[in-house]
Amino acid sequence: MDFDPLLLARLQFAFTVTFHIIFPTFTIGLSAYIATLELMWIRTGTAHYHTLARFWTKIFAVSFAMGVVSGIVLSYQFGTNWSRFSEVVGNVVGPLIGYEVLTAFFLEATFLGVMLFGWNRVPPWLHVFSSIMVAFGTAMSAFWILSANSWMQTPAGFEIVDGIVHPTDWVAAIFNPSFPYRFAHMLTAAYLTTSFVVLAVGARYLVAGQYLDEARTMLRMGIGFAAIVAPLQLFIGDQHGLNTLEHQPIKIAAMEAHWDGDKPDDFHIIAWPDENAETNRFAISIPRGSSLILTHDPEGLFPGLTSVPASERPSVPIVFFAFRIMLAIGLFMIASAWVGVWLWRRGQLFETNWFLRPMAHTWWIGFVAVIAGWVVTESGRQPWIVQGVMRTADALSPVPGGSVATTLALFIVVYGIVFSMGIYYINRLIHRGPPSAAGESEYPTASRPLSEGGAGMRAGSA
Amino acid sequence: MEWYLPVIWAALIGTAVAMYVILDGFDLGVGILFPTARSERERDLMMNSVAPFWDGNETWLVLGGGGLWVAFPQAYAVIMPALYLPVIFMLLALIFRGVAFEFRWPARTSKKYWNIAFTSGSILAAFFQGVILGGLIQGINVQNGQFAGGPFDWLTPFAMLVGLGVLAGYALLGATWLNLRTEGAVAERARGQAKMLLLVVLAAMAVVSLWTPLEVERIAARWFSTPNIYYLWPVPLLTAIVAFFLWKWLNEGREAPPFIAAIVLFLLGYLGLIISNFPYLVPPTLTVWQTAAAPASQIFMLIGTLFLLPVILGYIVFVYWLFWGKVREGEGYH
Repeated sequence: MDFDPLLLARLQFAFTVTFHIIFPTFTIGLSAYIATLELMWIRTGTAHYHTLARFWTKIFAVSFAMGVVSGIVLSYQFGTNWSRFSEVVGNVVGPLIGYEVLTAFFLEATFLGVMLFGWNRVPPWLHVFSSIMVAFGTAMSAFWILSANSWMQTPAGFEIVDGIVHPTDWVAAIFNPSFPYRFAHMLTAAYLTTSFVVLAVGARYLVAGQYLDEARTMLRMGIGFAAIVAPLQLFIGDQHGLNTLEHQPIKIAAMEAHWDGDKPDDFHIIAWPDENAETNRFAISIPRGSSLILTHDPEGLFPGLTSVPASERPSVPIVFFAFRIMLAIGLFMIASAWVGVWLWRRGQLFETNWFLRPMAHTWWIGFVAVIAGWVVTESGRQPWIVQGVMRTADALSPVPGGSVATTLALFIVVYGIVFSMGIYYINRLIHRGPPSAAGESEYPTASRPLSEGGAGMRAGSA
Repeated sequence: MEWYLPVIWAALIGTAVAMYVILDGFDLGVGILFPTARSERERDLMMNSVAPFWDGNETWLVLGGGGLWVAFPQAYAVIMPALYLPVIFMLLALIFRGVAFEFRWPARTSKKYWNIAFTSGSILAAFFQGVILGGLIQGINVQNGQFAGGPFDWLTPFAMLVGLGVLAGYALLGATWLNLRTEGAVAERARGQAKMLLLVVLAAMAVVSLWTPLEVERIAARWFSTPNIYYLWPVPLLTAIVAFFLWKWLNEGREAPPFIAAIVLFLLGYLGLIISNFPYLVPPTLTVWQTAAAPASQIFMLIGTLFLLPVILGYIVFVYWLFWGKVREGEGYH
């Protein structure tokens, strides 16, 4: 049986990286949320901040474990599946990943130990510090990995000698043209996604009439954060788009399904981009919308897909629809957060079931938006793996298709089990709810340390 | 500089791999010994003895793999496709045992499956790490700087034996760790297991050491020529001495010394490998110099490493110090 190794390797990477990105998105946001809760607890002494921090820490631990194990896979997949890529661009991309390990992975993994197991062993300030270090580590990780990815989109600070990329200017390579926008967009996405998880859990408890103090805090924090940050994200995304128009115009053309660059274009709310006929079918459009957004001029022109041969274009429907999914979720987030603020001001936020019931089910929408956004940027770069430098087809390892097909099947089975069980257990932890602040029944007195001043710390933490 | 940089990087990556083998070695070892626990309470205790550390320990694997890519991209680009299947099998095994740490607690009826996942993941990860090592020692088929072999080149009796040797070695590290960190029945059982495992590890080391020169000619040439042989014979002698003391300390019921002796035993085996293979990174064709990254890349990363590695080691030591002593029952965030 013949397998196409290129297609299989691409499917495998798409599968493993899509699975992986869910967890960093959540742990970047959740670690920052837990650190915030702990800071508020230490400043105000309010018990339910502490209760909430411990509750979310359990969920964080499950998510972080899934992020770590699926991330290790990726660090080896560059070599196993994309060895030509590793060899040709290793001089630049390698050190960026290397710095991620040194500045982020060790930091978060080591302080996670204190965060999870240190409650009885360290004073509260050191626990807060550890949580901040974990949050800082996850953000540092995003910094480097987005720098590496942005370099693949808009490579800079290098020269090619004998077919191998060599660095010439590290600052230019790290802070390549698309990096600031992509980093801001992704970090904001992680925080925003998490705020919807938090507010959804708050809404769920309120609907069920449980853990009301904690639920109100979660809902307030989630709604308040999203009401400000969701619109901000729209603005960052717009800036990111303008940057893409400058550096990767064909990606923008695919996002807009914009074929003819000689005419201004409408914004197609929905359409079927027909790649063979090089036109859109069934389009419902806002007249001159695309030109207005991208050039700030209803008659403005920007490059169309037909300006390059079909072999130089990404898959237009994939990029087009993924972009619309992301955008629709973003707009829904803004709208729902503002409705929440409006109810809050009227003093009805915690009682309005027509709002709380649907919101309790929105925990997943941010993840879908993040994945859709990554599909836009990664598919939109094709047929290049490094824009203008290396084609995806030239990046493959000399590994037979049968091996790739076997491991792809194994990844699907293993990730399928791990992912569904992970979601199941997280749901169970949420169902169990925060430990009651007074009783802390699950920490029997037998476990209280009698030495090392631990009892005093416990008193301080109660 | 062109000569020294790759050597410095080979030393750094060698250190990262040694750190990984020792640190993840003991927590994988605890996973390997997991089924010998008599009760759920003992399993909790065993798992808690490594739970705060496993994440950090496994990061050394990322540093080893990532570091290889940074410093020797061509070696990374040859080794990974050549050992494609064992590398991915190892990663899949690590997934199971990694998530088992967290999934075991919220699980109720499915807890027993995560116990199995924890054990089998630990066993398979250890075994395939040994297979990867064996596959490297026996050599990789390289033509024009690219991997040119088949998908099952690594599948040899020699590589399987090295896999079993590493499995036993990690179990030994795990047993001496449990002896150090736990009390009562678990520690006592671990001492007995450690003695048995020591014998298995010594046997595996002996067989691999005898088999290697038969399997790999270039290593035979290196070992049995003068004056090399005069410099090399202390390695097996030291191994025998350390093994003797490890046995003695286990019999005396000592706590830290057996664990340290097991680490030294590992380092001696590792030293033997380096002596046998340096400067080849991809035996028998590619050396550290041939596969080195651009000097500008190696220097850029080296500067950061020299500043960051001491900081990293500092907070790792802090966390080990924080959790030192016997593991306490019921401790955790669950």
